[in-house]
Amino acid sequence: MSDVAVDCSGVWKFYGDFPALRDISLKVPPGRCLALIGRNGAGKTTLLRILAGFSKATRGRVSIFGNQPRETDARRRIGFLGHGISIYDELSALENLTLFARMYGLAEPKKAALEWLELTGLTRVRDGLVREFSRGMRQRLAVARAFLHNPSVLLLDEPFTALDDRAIGVLQALLQAALREGRTIVMSTHQLREALELATDVALVERGGVAYQGPRTPEMLADPGWLYARYGES
Amino acid sequence: MQQTKQRGAMSWVGNVAVIFGKDLRAELRTKEALHASLSFALVILLLFSFAFDPSAEQTHDIAGGLLWIVYAFAGTLILNRSFVRELPNDCLDGLIAAPIPAWTLFLGKSLANFVLVLAVELISLPIFGIFYNVRWAQQGWALLLVLALTTWGLTVVGTMFSALTVNLRIRELMLPILIYPIMIPALLGAMEVTGPLIAGKPLEGDLLTWVRLLVGFDIIFTSLSVALVSTKQKG
Repeated sequence: MSDVAVDCSGVWKFYGDFPALRDISLKVPPGRCLALIGRNGAGKTTLLRILAGFSKATRGRVSIFGNQPRETDARRRIGFLGHGISIYDELSALENLTLFARMYGLAEPKKAALEWLELTGLTRVRDGLVREFSRGMRQRLAVARAFLHNPSVLLLDEPFTALDDRAIGVLQALLQAALREGRTIVMSTHQLREALELATDVALVERGGVAYQGPRTPEMLADPGWLYARYGES
Repeated sequence: MQQTKQRGAMSWVGNVAVIFGKDLRAELRTKEALHASLSFALVILLLFSFAFDPSAEQTHDIAGGLLWIVYAFAGTLILNRSFVRELPNDCLDGLIAAPIPAWTLFLGKSLANFVLVLAVELISLPIFGIFYNVRWAQQGWALLLVLALTTWGLTVVGTMFSALTVNLRIRELMLPILIYPIMIPALLGAMEVTGPLIAGKPLEGDLLTWVRLLVGFDIIFTSLSVALVSTKQKG
């Protein structure tokens, strides 16, 4: 097994002539949390979608524990939470989670679904159709879906979006527990304080390139804007 | 070794069943495609009944053709929805991310479409009988076999192209344009057999040749679609 959980080297992505990603190289060892920070349109979502195997890099190489993201082994290891929550509006919360638990081949799909509904505080509405849920409830269900199959790599795009303070606390606790269990997290976010509290490493993405990459420092924690001021373009 | 093979077979049957159940359940909750397709079929049958004299012998001769034109158009309304259903909330990403072979996803969706299209056909068949004054039930089982064979061909080709056109803005227009030319052999066979069956002739002689064509069409296009989907996933 590879000793690098997420490996991305020399990745370029072009949309027509426009380079959305420019020569990005990142290595995330197992058990680390990398926060991708950057302005809107910097390329964070594009990078996460390439890591998850939804999009192909125009140039460069990406691997998840040594496997290409589209391979079945890699897909089993990845838990992805994107802008779209990948939850069916016409199904209930329990039906949605049971469906994904079955697709991931979990031994007891319904039990796993019920456990995650409990963990995300959705047990009360487990039989309610998702189309009737508030935005925050939908996001919590999406978090449950991403964690459901115990993935060893979590790729999270703006995971704190639409969550209230209590739900943010629940998600942070889940992510901290995931880190303690040795899972790897790569997340993009604009909620710098929440992300930096959790992150072991930080990458500042600007105009498709990496402007800074390294461990999270005390200065970043004390002033979340410090990274932009020090390394960002004015 | 034997156990591993059995587990593998169970696993793909399970994957197909999960997708089949999900699509069917989602459609039965909203009934969007079902209502649209059924209403369309009934309206077209009604309009055709104004255009052709139900008591005329000629109308009975072309009844098979009329029926399959209606079924083909009504069927595409259901097929169009098959992958469009995955667009809200980026549900397609969830399916792509899951560690299941793409061909099991394809077969699950095809089966769900098959059941829905067949349901529309079976509901509109008695109404067709009333509008056109035909006793379609004389060769009921043989007719059901032809309906099933042709509908499977239509849903396999339709589901394939529904996946390919899902991200196009003019997908509602593109799907029929793409699938009808491919469906010509199957629709031709279905029309040739359905007319005589509705008239009460037994399924034998030349009619069996058309049924064999339908079986061949289904086998070829199911295999081709499964191979194409598997190749695309690996690529």
